[in-house]
Amino acid sequence: MADGQKSYLAPDLAASGSRYLIVAAAGAAGLAAGWFINHDQFFLSYLVGYVFWINMALGMLFLLMIQHLTGGAWGVLTRRVLESGARTLPALAVLFVPVIVGMHSLYEWTHADAVAADKILQHKAPYLNTTGFLTRAAVYFVVWGAVALLLAAWSRGQDLTGRPEFTHRMRTLSGPGVVMYGLTVTFMSTDWFMSLEPHWFSTMYPVLFVVGQGLAAFTLTIITVVWLSGRAPLAGVVTQKHLHDLGKLMLAFVLLWAYTNFSQFLITWSGNLREEVPWYLKRTQEGWLAVALILVIFHFALPFVLLLSRKVKQNARLLAGIAAVLLVMRAVDLFWFLRPAVPHGGGEGHHGLSLMTALSTVWIDLSALAAIGGLWMFLFMRGLSKRPLLPVNDPHFEEALAHGRH
Amino acid sequence: MSDRWDEKAPLYGIIAEFDNPTDLVVAAERAYAAGYRKMDAYTPYPIEEVAHAIGHHRSLVPLLVLIAGVTGGVFAFVSQWWAAEIDYPLIIGGKPFNSWPMFIPITFEVTILFAALTAVVGMILLNGLPLPYHPVFNHKRFERATQDGFFLCIEAADPMFDRTHTMNFLKSLNPREVAEVES
Repeated sequence: MADGQKSYLAPDLAASGSRYLIVAAAGAAGLAAGWFINHDQFFLSYLVGYVFWINMALGMLFLLMIQHLTGGAWGVLTRRVLESGARTLPALAVLFVPVIVGMHSLYEWTHADAVAADKILQHKAPYLNTTGFLTRAAVYFVVWGAVALLLAAWSRGQDLTGRPEFTHRMRTLSGPGVVMYGLTVTFMSTDWFMSLEPHWFSTMYPVLFVVGQGLAAFTLTIITVVWLSGRAPLAGVVTQKHLHDLGKLMLAFVLLWAYTNFSQFLITWSGNLREEVPWYLKRTQEGWLAVALILVIFHFALPFVLLLSRKVKQNARLLAGIAAVLLVMRAVDLFWFLRPAVPHGGGEGHHGLSLMTALSTVWIDLSALAAIGGLWMFLFMRGLSKRPLLPVNDPHFEEALAHGRH
Repeated sequence: MSDRWDEKAPLYGIIAEFDNPTDLVVAAERAYAAGYRKMDAYTPYPIEEVAHAIGHHRSLVPLLVLIAGVTGGVFAFVSQWWAAEIDYPLIIGGKPFNSWPMFIPITFEVTILFAALTAVVGMILLNGLPLPYHPVFNHKRFERATQDGFFLCIEAADPMFDRTHTMNFLKSLNPREVAEVES
């Protein structure tokens, strides 16, 4: 298998990846302009861009552990893509620094006077305080970074030696890894995003992040696999059956996204409680209902109906197209989640921030998405270029490649 | 039963047994190319290529499941709406009569119920089950189809079927044995 390993290397991907640095530079310029115009808005927009890309990396880490635990041809085919995405987590820890710098702008509970005047914030202070926030963030990044780098290192060992203990180690770590992933993402989404509106709470909220991460990871994985399948060295390796499997899994995540989001809405709507309802009021009034409907149609209804068809799932271009729509919708979903949370840039009106006001500064969000995304894609592509695109020494390698071609 | 192998005994078809799946797939492809359509293959485990080779088309089940799912969803939603809005309007928890978010879980469940039941029942019926009698079991070696035998049976109902021709054709395909199957 030694020469097979060489043949799946694609060092030219690093050059394609470098082009994303231009995107990153353009985004950084936009972010810098945003910083000078409105500090508070800068930090919230940065958070929108940041969550999109850390969701991507965490989703890939999650899927990587799932495929180690469950096996299957789709896992062997996508392992390198997932590993490369998960390996960006240490870099994302560095990119978290602006969020720490902007804590005072973002989180009402960091203001001593606001807490002093607010009974609810006082009761939450033992959890929602700066020291706790920073300590927990450090723990998340250590856990994610350690799991991602260990899995990648052992996978490298499997590649070079083919010794079975590496396979066993990856499986053994992935079990507790998934548990730790669930716990850290639960606390992360509570700390970083739910606490933007510190009175509000929802136990479904962390699940929405887990599902969103899984879906985001599937969309980019499918786009990457389809793109790679058209060029050397993966040309001819990817079968219709591989695409079909990936399409089925993406459909499952689309359904899960709709199911969990609707569950939170139904519980809030039927409970009709004073502390819960404002979250939806802010996101369905002042123009935001249009965004919600766009999400219902393009994040759920359209991809759901299209992905029901076997022909669509087996068509590489259509599948990648649907994945691209969903990828854009992930950003729209996070914009809808986070932007109405803090009414910076708009008056502190009764209904919160209007969509029009939010759209007037959407370029800062887009700059953040481009700046972090350009850098992320550069690292992702560089990671792909350094290792064979397929785990040739995986015990199920031959079997996975023969999937759908007897 | 001396007249069992009589020329005039009603015939179900002619069956050929192969030692391995590769020979069976080749034989099935050749038979399909020769124009035979009414035939079936019997193997110890599923072999997708054989189904392809004998011209097995996609089943109706997915379409039936889609229709049943949509029917179930519409039925569930409309019946809830009709009960709450028209037949017996009650104010519950200060909510409007047409509290559509409340109808969604049942709509979802009934959609799945109808679709799943249709998938199971439709699959069984379209498979031709229940089937208490099948002539192919008259072949004495047919029990090998669950062990190590790979069978291809061309049925007498096929318009191309001819007792001698078909027999010779199957013999030319490198079988282990060819035999007539009475109906």
